[in-house]
Amino acid sequence: MLDIRGLAASINDTPILKGIDLTVPQGEVHAIMGPNGSGKSTLAYVLSGREGYEVTSGSVTYDGKDLLAIEPEDRAAAGVFLAFQYPVELPGVGNANFLRTALNAQRRARGEAELDAVQFLKLARGELRRLAIAEDMLKRNVNVGFSGGEKKRNEVLQMAILRPRLAILDETDSGLDIDALKIVAEGVNALRGPDFSALVITHYQRLLDHIVPDRVHVLAGGRILRSGGPELARELEAKGYTDMVAEAA
Amino acid sequence: MPAVTETLDTVSAVTQSGYKWGFETTIEMDLAPKGLNEDIIRLISARKEEPDWLLEWRLKAFAAWQQMAEPHWARVDHPRIDYQDLHYYAAPKKKAGPKSLDEVDPELLRTYEKLGIPLKERAILAGVEGADGPQSNIAMDAVFDSVSVATTFRSTLMKAGVIFCPISEAVRDYPELVQQYLGTVVPMADNFFAALNSAVFTDGSFCYVPKGVRCPMELSTYFRINARNTGQFERTLIIADAGSYVSYLEGCTAPQRDENQLHAAVVELIAMDDAQIKYSTVQNWYPGDANGRGGIYNFVTKRGACRGARSKISWTQVETGSAITWKYPSCVLMGDDSVGEFYSVAVTNNHQQADTGSKMIHIGRNTKSTIVSKGISAGKSNNTYRGLVRMLPKAAGARNYTQCDSLLIGDQCGAHTVPYIESRNPTAKVEHEATTSKIADDQLFYCRSRGLSEEDAVNLIVNGFCKDVLKELPMEFAVEAQKLLAVSLEGSVG
Repeated sequence: MLDIRGLAASINDTPILKGIDLTVPQGEVHAIMGPNGSGKSTLAYVLSGREGYEVTSGSVTYDGKDLLAIEPEDRAAAGVFLAFQYPVELPGVGNANFLRTALNAQRRARGEAELDAVQFLKLARGELRRLAIAEDMLKRNVNVGFSGGEKKRNEVLQMAILRPRLAILDETDSGLDIDALKIVAEGVNALRGPDFSALVITHYQRLLDHIVPDRVHVLAGGRILRSGGPELARELEAKGYTDMVAEAA
Repeated sequence: MPAVTETLDTVSAVTQSGYKWGFETTIEMDLAPKGLNEDIIRLISARKEEPDWLLEWRLKAFAAWQQMAEPHWARVDHPRIDYQDLHYYAAPKKKAGPKSLDEVDPELLRTYEKLGIPLKERAILAGVEGADGPQSNIAMDAVFDSVSVATTFRSTLMKAGVIFCPISEAVRDYPELVQQYLGTVVPMADNFFAALNSAVFTDGSFCYVPKGVRCPMELSTYFRINARNTGQFERTLIIADAGSYVSYLEGCTAPQRDENQLHAAVVELIAMDDAQIKYSTVQNWYPGDANGRGGIYNFVTKRGACRGARSKISWTQVETGSAITWKYPSCVLMGDDSVGEFYSVAVTNNHQQADTGSKMIHIGRNTKSTIVSKGISAGKSNNTYRGLVRMLPKAAGARNYTQCDSLLIGDQCGAHTVPYIESRNPTAKVEHEATTSKIADDQLFYCRSRGLSEEDAVNLIVNGFCKDVLKELPMEFAVEAQKLLAVSLEGSVG
C-alpha cells in the first residue's frame, strides 16, 4: 500500500528526515511515535504534498504509484487523507459546502458521479450520528470559533465522509480530553478494514490504548530507531524517549 | 511562501481571455461629432425632443462644469482625459423609441442574447439566470450606448401603477415628476463628473412607485457601451413614494478595446415616508488587459435621499470590472428613523484601480446606517475603501456601524482604508472595524489536501470572505455574482 524508501527531506535546506524506510501493508494501522522535533509532522506533510518541504532523496510508492510526483489534490482523490495537527480556519465557508465541494472534487477526479445536496446531507447526517457529533457542526464555518476538541472532531468527520484509503493522523490526540480522544479513536476504528490503512502519528502512548496499532515505529532525529508490535509503545511509555534514544545510539 | 509566488507568476501571465463580454456589435450608429460645446448639448436635447427647461438645465450644468477641475483626491492614476476627443451622443440608427421588440434591430437583440440577457418577456418568464436558477420575474430596461433600446414588462407594471421607462420618455410623458425630482439629490454642479453628466446625459432609467405599492417584480437595467470613442452618461432616477417598495438591479458590460472609455453616470434615489429602495449593481465593465491597456473609466455619482420618516435605502454592489472605479454610493438620512445601508464587494486584478466606498449623512433623529465593504486585490492592483460618516447636530441617537475587510492575493497589490468620521452630536454612535488578511498558504493547502484544486480553493475562500455582501443580492443575481468573482480572479493562482 505505502512504501517509503530512503526518504530524506529538508525545510529551507535544513535536513529533517534523514533516510526513512517504512512499509504499511494494506489494511494495517501503524503508529509513529517520537519526541518533539523528530520529524513526525514533516513526514506527514511530505506524504500529503505540502509545498516548502523538499524531498532530497528516496521514494514513496502508494498503490504502485509514485506519490511524490502528484499534486496534493490528486493525492486526496487517490485516497490519501491528512488529519491536521492544527486544522485551518476558513471564514465564511460553511462546513457542509466545504465538505461537499471536496467530496465531489474527489469523485469527479475518480470518474464517479457527484452527489447532489440531498444525497450529501443524507451521507453526512449518517456519519454525524455514528460519531455522536451534533448536527450544527455542518452549518458552522470551517473550524472558525471551534474549540481544540471540536477542530479535531471535525477532522474525524471529514475523514468519515471522504472515506480515505490511507489516513495520516498528525498528533490528532494533542490537547484532547479523554472523551474527545475516544471519539477520534472510534472514528479511526470504524474505518478499519481490509481497504483502509493508517499512519497514526503521536507523542503519547494513550491514544494507542484506543487505536491498537499493528506496528509501532519510533522516529527520532529524522530516522526510524526501532520498530515493533504494540508492546513497543508501552515500553516507550515506561522508559521515556531519552533512554530509548540513548540505547539506540 | 511558494504558493503565493506561483500565484504572482500566474497573475502576471493572465490575459484578457477571461473577459467573455468583450465582443463588438456591428451596427449602424448615429454619432454626434466629437467634442463638447453648447451646440452639442443643444443637439442632444433636440434629438431627444426635450422641453426648454431641460435644455436650460443642461446648459447651466455645462457652464458650471467649465468652471470645475477634474478631481484628483482619489487614489487612482490615469493620463489626462481629453474631453473634446469623445463623442457625446451615439445611438443605434433607426428611431430611438421602438414600440415593441419587433422594431428593435435584430443585431442588437443578438448582442443581448450573447450577454445572456433575453429581452423577450417570454424568455424572462422562463428564467433568466441559466437553467438551474430559480424562476425569475424581472422587468428590464436595456441601454445601448446612449439610448434605451427596450423595456420589458411595462404593461404588467403599469397595472400596479409603477412607471418604469427610459428617462428620455419620462421627460416627455411625465414631465412634472421628472422636473420635480431631477437633480434634487445630486445637484447639477455636485462634482465634476456629475456636472458633466447633467450637461450631456443621454438616457437611463426612470422609475416611480406610487404610494403604498410594492413593486411586483425586480426592476433591472442593463448598460452596454459599444461604440468606439464614446462616453456613456446615463442618468437614473428612482422615486419610491410613501409606503412603497422597489428592488432594482443594474448590470454593465463593454467591448474589449485598447483605448480607455469614459463612463460617468448619475443615479438618484428618493424614498418618502416608510418607503424602501434596494439598489443592486453588478458592474463588469471591461477592466483592461493584463498590462493595464484599455478598460473603462467608471466615474459615477450615486446618491439616495431618505426623505421620509422610517424610509430605507440599501445599496449592494459587486464591482469586478473597469480599469478605474471612482464611486461612492451614499445615503442622505433626512427622515427620522430612516436607514441607510451599503454592502460592497470590489475586486481588482492586474492593473485595475478602485477607489470606492460610501457616504452616510445623518440628519434626522435615530437614523441608522451600516457599511460593509469587502475589498479583494490581486495582481498589481490597488483597492481603496474611502468612506464618510457624518453625524449632524440634529441627529440625536443616530448610529453607524462600518466594517471594512481587505483580502490580498499576492504581494504586489495594495489595499487601503480611508475612513472619515465627523460627529457633531454627542449622542450619536459611530463604530468602525477594519481587517486586512491574505489568503494564507495553509488555507490553500488545507483545501487541496481535501481534494480541491488551487483555483477552486481560492474561489471558496473568496466567496466565504464576501458572503455577508453576496447574501444581500437578489437571489437571481447572487449566482451570477459568484461566477463573476471566479472569472475576475481566474489565473490569480497556479
